[in-house]
Amino acid sequence: MTLTSFAASAVFYGTDRLISLSPADVLIIVIYFVTVLGIGVYLQRYAHTSKEFFLAGREMSAWVAGLSFLSANLGALELMGWAAATYQYGILAAHFYWIAAFPSMVFLGLVMMPFYYISKTHSVPGYLQLRYGEATRALSGISFAFMTILMSGINMYAMAIVMKVVLGWNIHFSIWVSSLTVAAYVTLGGLYSAIFNEVLQFFLIWVGVLTVPILGMIEAGGWSGLVAKIHQRVHSDEYVHLWSTLGTFSGNPMGVHWTGILLGLGGVIAFGYWGTDFLVIQRAMSARDLRSAQLAPIIAAYFKMIVPLIVILPGLLGLALLPYRLVPESTPGEGLHTYNEVLPLMLARYCGPGLLGLGVTALIAGFMSGMAGNLSAFSTVWTYDIYRPYLSKMKSDAQLVTVGRWCTILGVILSIGAAYFVTQFNSIMDYMQALVSFFIAPLCATVLIGMLWKRATPKAGFWGLLAGTVSSVAMFTLVKVNHRFLAVIALSPNAKDMAENLYRALWSWLICALVTVIVSLFTTPRPDRELRGLVWGCTELSLEKSLPLWKRPVFWAAGVAILFAILQWAFW
Amino acid sequence: MSREAHMLPVWFFIGALLTIYGAIILVVALVDFHHPSAVVLARFHPDLFAGVLLLAVGGLYTFWFWPGRRK
Repeated sequence: MTLTSFAASAVFYGTDRLISLSPADVLIIVIYFVTVLGIGVYLQRYAHTSKEFFLAGREMSAWVAGLSFLSANLGALELMGWAAATYQYGILAAHFYWIAAFPSMVFLGLVMMPFYYISKTHSVPGYLQLRYGEATRALSGISFAFMTILMSGINMYAMAIVMKVVLGWNIHFSIWVSSLTVAAYVTLGGLYSAIFNEVLQFFLIWVGVLTVPILGMIEAGGWSGLVAKIHQRVHSDEYVHLWSTLGTFSGNPMGVHWTGILLGLGGVIAFGYWGTDFLVIQRAMSARDLRSAQLAPIIAAYFKMIVPLIVILPGLLGLALLPYRLVPESTPGEGLHTYNEVLPLMLARYCGPGLLGLGVTALIAGFMSGMAGNLSAFSTVWTYDIYRPYLSKMKSDAQLVTVGRWCTILGVILSIGAAYFVTQFNSIMDYMQALVSFFIAPLCATVLIGMLWKRATPKAGFWGLLAGTVSSVAMFTLVKVNHRFLAVIALSPNAKDMAENLYRALWSWLICALVTVIVSLFTTPRPDRELRGLVWGCTELSLEKSLPLWKRPVFWAAGVAILFAILQWAFW
Repeated sequence: MSREAHMLPVWFFIGALLTIYGAIILVVALVDFHHPSAVVLARFHPDLFAGVLLLAVGGLYTFWFWPGRRK
């Protein structure tokens, strides 16, 4: 169940608008658009060099880099999709905010970020070029650019559909207004502009949606009242427990086993996403020094831990309080609402004029932050990892910035094309989550092994990444051709689609790791002196010794660990 | 000195926007005070509280990060 399938169903079946806006709501939305454009115009004067345009001058504070890091991930698809998933699966959806965030984000901050930062690379494919060579950089750069454009197009299209369903807006109007706005501010101010707007959008998302959990908990009578109402509705306790129902595939609404959550989600998918997706890492790399870059994902982890307050809780409140049952996207009908409408429905339930405009602005802000993140990352990878090494050998810094600006416009045009392409082939949208796992899970193994094992060779990096990606595509195809293979891949006849995603990621990671290790043992490694600043064991990392304890990233990481442990215990 | 030191901080933009939003929501809440919209729990006037809170937080940010105030 995804928001993209919701978008597809809306096209086919049509839906009446959920919300009508007052003049005050429209004014709030218009002011938002004017503000983000104004920020782009203002920051244009600061984005002259490639370092400024692509890495925001590498002078962001840990707080700005951290909030931007999280905001690039906190799109409206995320907000609405996981609120819907909570309505369907219960609090199990919170695993995607907790186990999928704490270990991997902290690991990124403490272990991986020093290598990304010290190597002075511009991107994750750039790191792979330094570590493994051109072939691996080309493979990861092209797959990342392809994935980013498709994701941007899908986001754009999904936003247009949501605006159509929720507000009755024309699809073409939504696509063009939002994409041109994002294109304008990213083209003008580069990563400066994207980051400033992402931090702004982070605040708007919180203030726009916070009304729902506050009033919802008052209406439900607190947590105990909420649990009692959910029990009345579904006659089961499975919806309010995080771990105690994961002993078997059939014992929980998600149809997953705890090993899938722990190893597949918390391990491979989370480490792959947070540790190697340049979309988010670019924000941390913009920090002013290594300590700030390390703190950025750790600060983001604190906020990620409390995001369920505005995503998971509204989903649970919808399950408990809405006077009618929502239905899956596959079974829409006259007068029925689908899972994906739960967050807009809850906004409409509690928000009058003004507050409703703020809530809708939060959704628009979420979409635009995700889109801007994709565009700025695409522009950087295209310019540094595809255009400069393979299409033009230019050297001038000013030329790079010009190309970066044109790449942003190119990215928008390709994204709009992808958005319209998706409108013709809706089933492609359902495969997007799988596409991400094709590229992210194996890349995670390639980067991790490259950082932690100096014996890994250039040839091993390329062949491991290729084998992991191909095997992931093969597993996906096998299940599509014959659904019985799901039981083989997910290790149980009771496994559901969500389990397939988790286990496919796990297997493709293992295959990539295995091929990388085997090929390494039969090929020649690079000498240690060439791996300084790139690999653990060849790099001197004495970064924290001179700092007082409370200024060290590891100190704040321990705080995230404690918060994580408390949350798991409270909702066990 | 870095370029960032010359820029208006992002917190100023956030403060200004929240202040404007707070003012709009507060005005709407006061105008509709005796005829609240037909939403659940409207009797608690959440728009009034939200307007005041946004105005306060936004105003504080705007004041604190006003251009030239912090060197």
